Amino acid sequence: MEITVSLLEIKDLSLGYDGKVVVSGLNFTVESGDYLCVLGENGSGKSTLIKAILGLKSAYSGHIHFADGFSRREIGYMPQKTNIQRDFPAGVFEVVLSGCQGAMGLKPFYSRDEKKRALAAMERLNILHIKNECYRDLSGGQQQRVLLARALASADKLILLDEPTTALDPHATAEFYRIIDGLNREEGVTVITVSHDTAGALKSSTKVLHLGGRESLFFGDTKDYIETKLGRNFLGGES
Amino acid sequence: MILELFSYSFITRAFIVGALVSLCASLLGVSLVLKRYSMIGDGLSHVSFGAMSVAAAMNLAPLAVSVPVVLVAAFLLLRLSENSRIKGDAAIALISSSALAIGVIVTSLTTGLNTDVCNYMFGSVLAMTKSDVVLSVVLCVTVIFVFILFYNKIFAVTFDENFSRATGVRAGLYNTVIAMLTAVTIVLGMRIMGALLISSLVIFPALSAMRVCRRFKTVVVCAAVLSLVCFFAGMVASYVFETPVGASVVVMDLIVFGVFFLAGRRR
Repeated sequence: MEITVSLLEIKDLSLGYDGKVVVSGLNFTVESGDYLCVLGENGSGKSTLIKAILGLKSAYSGHIHFADGFSRREIGYMPQKTNIQRDFPAGVFEVVLSGCQGAMGLKPFYSRDEKKRALAAMERLNILHIKNECYRDLSGGQQQRVLLARALASADKLILLDEPTTALDPHATAEFYRIIDGLNREEGVTVITVSHDTAGALKSSTKVLHLGGRESLFFGDTKDYIETKLGRNFLGGES
Repeated sequence: MILELFSYSFITRAFIVGALVSLCASLLGVSLVLKRYSMIGDGLSHVSFGAMSVAAAMNLAPLAVSVPVVLVAAFLLLRLSENSRIKGDAAIALISSSALAIGVIVTSLTTGLNTDVCNYMFGSVLAMTKSDVVLSVVLCVTVIFVFILFYNKIFAVTFDENFSRATGVRAGLYNTVIAMLTAVTIVLGMRIMGALLISSLVIFPALSAMRVCRRFKTVVVCAAVLSLVCFFAGMVASYVFETPVGASVVVMDLIVFGVFFLAGRRR
């Protein structure tokens, strides 16, 4: 058997939902330290790909390989906000701590180690001062930081962000990308992000995966993507 | 007057079971209300009504029949609303009205729609026998114990099911646990509160607590306290004014909700 050197390797992957194939023949790799931005129209299979990487959905065919010694559970996932969370009475610390649940198995209560991990994640994102606030009272940007802290508490080698800047104002969006950029460049965290906000997301990403049927599939460096016809079309008047 | 109240053994029994059921219902209610499953209590109580009617017609012990039936119903409701095209609220309406219809037909064919049926609908303090009390206490203590043990997981799954699943938390398992605990609580509580009123025990304390509390832990504790206070107040009021127990407890819950609603707006 060949040895996988990439952190994540996708081979001939076909994905879909309700029996309909939306992505087929997908091949790409993510190396440690990469910042990959996944682009594509609605319904192009971005969310399905994320679910497949996380193991929430099985692929129709093909393989998803992780590097030796790396497990799917070591992905820090930041899902889209849900309706439920909008009026959910939860303290910030409670939310971040819940990131540790995955590694706890059936253990009922948090130990000192888990609390330390949650606090460290909050310190990294500069949100220690809102530890005792109520999650629903925070601004959109702060809420995203809390969810990112939760993702970091669960795992911090690879983070996977699903539309992280939806519903954020431009200032908060820029601030959020700055944080992700910092995590990627200064701390070597591998980042995969799915985004509608192409201009913002492309600014600091190193690689691009563009989904959208066979003829408009692209995987490669961001600087090359911007030069392609596909990239120019997709970015349109935005850049 | 309180002493006089407890001199009746049937009232003491209703107090013990009612207080424990209120406690269980309010704990579970916080998660159910937040997950948009408020009506699950209502649906399950109707199923329980159906099961009890059938049990009465066949001369079987009501609790022994309805607990397993409602457990199955809770499990089905959860599966239905998770997987299929019938959405949560429609699934609940479907199952609950069907069970109610079957219950009504069975009773009208056998004993007729008598006071027993009325008691199932609106509750009664007289419903509890000694063996019921023992069973109820054991089950309620189990519910509370399991809730405390799974508290952090219930929080994680309620707050963000997708995230929990992705990090390897067995969300399906904990959803099932919540549904099962709710089923047991509903069956035990509906004898006193009535099939039509029991869901208020699940919904009201959680809603009231959420008006003023800002954290999950404080909401849970506050809901539990409110639920107990309202139950005791309702029982006493029902004794003093000679009103039905279930309805009196619900009115107490309503008053408390009103007060908390106003207090929450003041902020």
